[in-house]
Amino acid sequence: MVELALPKNSRVTKGKTFKAAQGAKKVRKFQVYRWDPEGGENPRMDTYEVDLDNCGPMVLDALIKIKNEIDTTLTFRRSCREGICGSCAMNIDGTNTLACTKGIDEIKGEVKIYPLPHMPVVKDLVPDLTNFYAQHASIEPWLQTRTVEPEKEWKQSPEDREKLDGLYECILCACCSTSCPSYWWNGDRYLGPAVLLQAYRWLIDSRDEATGERLDNLEDPFRLYRCHTIMNCAKACPKGLNPAKAIAEIKKMMVERRV
Amino acid sequence: MSASKAYEFQDHSFDVVVVGAGGAGLRATLGCAQAGLKTACITKVFPTRSHTVAAQGGISASLGNMGPDDWKWHMYDTVKGSDWLGDQDAIEYLCRNAPKAVYELEHFGVPFSRTEEGKIYQRPFGGMTTEYGKGIAQRTCAAADRTGHAILHTLYGQSLRYDAEFFIEFFAIDLIMSDDGRCVGVVALKMDDGTLHRFSAKQTILATGGYGRAYFSATSAHTCTGDGNAMVLRAGLPLQDMEFVQFHPTGIYGAGCLITEGARGEGGYLVNSEGERFMERYAPSAKDLASRDVVSRSMTMEIREGRGVGAGKDHIFLHLDHLDPDVLASRLPGISESARIFAGVDVTKEPIPVLPTVHYNMGGIPTNYHGEVISGKGGADDIVPGLMAIGEAACVSVHGANRLGSNSLIDLVVFGRAAGLRAADVVDPAEKAPTLPKGAGENSIARLDHFRNANGSTPTAELRLEMQRTMQNNCAVYRTGEVLEEGVKLMEKVHAAADDIKVTDRSLIWNSDLIETLEFDNLIVQARATMNGADARKESRGGHAREDFPNRDDENWMKHTLAWVDDNRNVTLGYREVHNYTLSNEIEYIQPKERVY
Repeated sequence: MVELALPKNSRVTKGKTFKAAQGAKKVRKFQVYRWDPEGGENPRMDTYEVDLDNCGPMVLDALIKIKNEIDTTLTFRRSCREGICGSCAMNIDGTNTLACTKGIDEIKGEVKIYPLPHMPVVKDLVPDLTNFYAQHASIEPWLQTRTVEPEKEWKQSPEDREKLDGLYECILCACCSTSCPSYWWNGDRYLGPAVLLQAYRWLIDSRDEATGERLDNLEDPFRLYRCHTIMNCAKACPKGLNPAKAIAEIKKMMVERRV
Repeated sequence: MSASKAYEFQDHSFDVVVVGAGGAGLRATLGCAQAGLKTACITKVFPTRSHTVAAQGGISASLGNMGPDDWKWHMYDTVKGSDWLGDQDAIEYLCRNAPKAVYELEHFGVPFSRTEEGKIYQRPFGGMTTEYGKGIAQRTCAAADRTGHAILHTLYGQSLRYDAEFFIEFFAIDLIMSDDGRCVGVVALKMDDGTLHRFSAKQTILATGGYGRAYFSATSAHTCTGDGNAMVLRAGLPLQDMEFVQFHPTGIYGAGCLITEGARGEGGYLVNSEGERFMERYAPSAKDLASRDVVSRSMTMEIREGRGVGAGKDHIFLHLDHLDPDVLASRLPGISESARIFAGVDVTKEPIPVLPTVHYNMGGIPTNYHGEVISGKGGADDIVPGLMAIGEAACVSVHGANRLGSNSLIDLVVFGRAAGLRAADVVDPAEKAPTLPKGAGENSIARLDHFRNANGSTPTAELRLEMQRTMQNNCAVYRTGEVLEEGVKLMEKVHAAADDIKVTDRSLIWNSDLIETLEFDNLIVQARATMNGADARKESRGGHAREDFPNRDDENWMKHTLAWVDDNRNVTLGYREVHNYTLSNEIEYIQPKERVY
């Protein structure tokens, strides 16, 4: 018989609760996924009561407050705190997003925080993104030209430059790819929305002269065609980009070059 | 069991090891790899998370795409911006090589905004003029208001083409110095498994960025802790001009997030509670596009004199609501988004509440214009063999007492490139790797083990907050002797209190409690150097504004401060001459004069 339950060591147990200090008026509960790779124990959900009267407005502010004042062992990535570096991507209130731009007041009730789904967890909220980065490298994300380089800049019209809008702004946070069911099942072979968005960013750049090779590199039942327009990617993207549209454009280019 | 037995080193050997993967680190890495050197790049965050990503407004270079321009005008502006503390040979190198560096970035694939003719779009920026101060230059090359992001992602993509080896989420702890004062590599901690690594290198290049997080409110990322600067101090070498800290005029009130100077470049302006465009009074000709130190001081004066806005009358408004919504959408989309998220403001309708916020460190590791680190011993410009520094970590010094906006990104790529060229000259790939001195890295193990098991009663976050508040209160936009002296004492106290530091997480895998503690230990020595340097400098120059010494004093103070912080927590200051010569005969030394905008 096939066992459909999770393996025993990945069942999430109930963890500790850290009560707010006496007298705190505006208390919100944060339930946070914890897993210590060195302890040999199952993952658990710890509950932290945070006094929002003494806390910044974003979920990242609460996590930092927890780390600074309640439990220094809580582990997560963060850097710019303004939505541009992509470090603090995690699953908050059921959606992949950046903790630094997600307002606590956007969430009703207890705030549940998990690492990005379906990625190996290194510790607590820190996922292992090695495969994601390797996939990004595989599309050769740099300008490829054959024409002799001009002394000054390559000319590009404002209209051609505009084609890069909605693409170049990607911060590689992986919110989209890790929200995609296709990527969950075939993440080893399907490139996923973030990487395909980047692939299209170079395909559509008027300066790039490697369109054919780039398309060859994607012409594969898995690398490109596992996208089934589920659209979770566009819904999740914290920068408001639409990877699904970029993927559709690549598919169109594939068809066009055949006819 | 002694600490060193519990930890074992994994050894690596490279021609060049670059520490840091922001704009400068990546440019140097790919330059070294291109030159055929066996190159490693060690970084504590994945390259595209480096703080270069947050740079907004642009990168300066006299391309002349919008009207006449000349690298000599750019040089004049930079010298004046630096309040004559910049070294003019280095500034000449920067401005001369800027156009080439920007074209190179464009060839790498940076998605610059474009003019109608398809050229790189350039916008006005503070302190950037034509004809030696006569007109306003459009010199700052922009990719909307996400220029740093566009450059960093492009450089990361380029670096994948070459045979450089990346060590990502490795936290560099210390330099390895030989007995004769040569740098022969670094020690680093691999964060995802807690293993220790020893890198032997013929050339080590520090590109570790600034230390904005020494302050309570900064536009800088949490990771801007100046780790390379502190590594240099621990190696017994000095830092330079640390008292020069740039306050950016427009950090979002409360959150501290950056609103680019490009917002004023595109026509935005500041107003006080009386609705007055007060910059006209302080800088009649450049107005809102005066240099950052000037604008930050003017805003501070307005607030002090009771003309601040808001319930507490403690900030200023930045108006963009008169600008064409299409311009906002195409040229300033990123800050429109930031203003909405962090200030709840629709920029097409309302002003953004802003406040001068710590943004950039002019000071850092002293170097010459090749990037080679200056030892501060012996001859004034003697170098430390095997060691270079570039980017915000370095003090070349091209920014002197005050950096001009958009001169930072160009600094990264020009000197990142220069370091690669120099490494190609001085490093012989055929030569045997330097032998590490006996017991290399033992001191790092002791330090790491000490903090990992630190069992005092004050958590790192508490000490860090104390340090940040002290810097914010005692070493701000305006400074006085009394407040600085108090700051020196308070900072000594915080430093001494580190004996009682407490780390709770004892694990080895992704122990961010430990990493934050090592970062605090890095920050506190830089904070000490900053406060002591500021206390000692009895004049006002650029970002260092003394109320008790309101004028620039070229006779006594046209010199670089050097600061050493030893293992016993003693700060020692020394001084070094400013280069009063240029690199070539094509331009003469620009004589000091009064700095008016």
